[in-house]
Amino acid sequence: MSQNNNNTQKEALFSPKNQKLLSNPLGKDNPISVQVLGICSVLAITVQLQTSLVMAISVVAVMGFANVIISLLRKTIPPRIRIIVQLTVIASLVILVDQVLKAYVYDVSRQLSVFVGLIITNCIIMGRLEAFALNNKPWPSFLDGIGNAAGYGWVLLTVGFFRELFGSGTLMGYQVIPNAVYEMGYENNGFMILPPMALITVGVIIWVQRHKDRSLVDVS
Amino acid sequence: MSNRYVFLYASAMVIIVAVVLSGAATLLRPLQERNMRIEKMQNILAAINIPAPRGEVEDLFDRYVTNTKIVNHVGDEIEGDAFEVDLQDEIRKGVEDRRLPVYIAEVDGEIYYIVPLRGAGLWGPIWGYVGLESDLVTVAGANFDHASETPGLGAEISERGFEQQFAGKKIFDDESNFRPVRVVKGRVDPDDPHAVDGISGGTITSNGVTNMLRDGLELYKSYFEKLKTT
Repeated sequence: MSQNNNNTQKEALFSPKNQKLLSNPLGKDNPISVQVLGICSVLAITVQLQTSLVMAISVVAVMGFANVIISLLRKTIPPRIRIIVQLTVIASLVILVDQVLKAYVYDVSRQLSVFVGLIITNCIIMGRLEAFALNNKPWPSFLDGIGNAAGYGWVLLTVGFFRELFGSGTLMGYQVIPNAVYEMGYENNGFMILPPMALITVGVIIWVQRHKDRSLVDVS
Repeated sequence: MSNRYVFLYASAMVIIVAVVLSGAATLLRPLQERNMRIEKMQNILAAINIPAPRGEVEDLFDRYVTNTKIVNHVGDEIEGDAFEVDLQDEIRKGVEDRRLPVYIAEVDGEIYYIVPLRGAGLWGPIWGYVGLESDLVTVAGANFDHASETPGLGAEISERGFEQQFAGKKIFDDESNFRPVRVVKGRVDPDDPHAVDGISGGTITSNGVTNMLRDGLELYKSYFEKLKTT
């Protein structure tokens, strides 16, 4: 692992190029709303805001580390087994996250149950390893990982916010729709807690995003 | 890259990952086991409606749970530490070999009997504790949990709103026949002492709770009858 690059002209840590790595996935390169990856987990875990939040944080952690590790190893990984190597790294990190959650925030880990394990199959993570970390240095890879995970995260939180608000009348488990509204005949929309509504909510996000940024129309 | 390199690379990677993961698991094991003990105590106390914040669980448990017993299906007591009995292992044995834990609690002079239950939900196991008042007929409270039921649907069995419905229900009818509480689909009569309202979209999990209550409590029937006659 001899790192013999004597690059004299050091790039600033947050050069415009690096900033783009962080900000593009939030908007016009968003893994969910533009690349339409990772949809499966968005459907499954966005019934409540809290699970969405912990999931988003876990994905940020896994993706940041996975991108850095793969990037550090990129010159040694045999191309023929690179997918296996990527999967092993992701799976190990996810198991670590799961163990740490169980040891330190047991209650939250109980609520997330199987979903932490399902991060392994999140296609965004492997997509970024394959497309970016395998060909770039650790720092840009780290930013790319964090950026994409955050892009995934904000969509997750938005969907979780609306589904919990309209589906259960609560946010983070606290009731936010006053009883007076229920007395006037308002009812929680049971449809919101079913997976199809996550798809429709994501659809609305995509619609709003493309309405604001015309350049996205018909690119994917 | 030669086959040899690929093979060595893969082997080295697997060994490193194995060492790191088993190291982490060993390091974190004591913390995780303590968390599980605390959760078990919390659940037992929740079955008689005593909220136990994390920091105080062990004190509260020692104060309220005055006695624990292990019984068998004919109601005789067996030696052993009830807290260490894992229902997951017991449920695989034949009925006559099963060790059935009973936790006896005393709160403000009232005696409560708490029994653990375990059954099957839609995706995985479900379990819980039911607290009975000293008449051994009236349910004082219940606490349920699950491994992997769908959030918002089957997972609602572990929500307080669902569990609270069980308080005041009865597991024997007026003629002392065993008649456990059922989780019913659709609207239920709130005055029915043997039924609670099920969960929309969680019918299979609700049925799992019904079966768990029936099969689990039935094993304790002889023990309860013995207690009542003495």
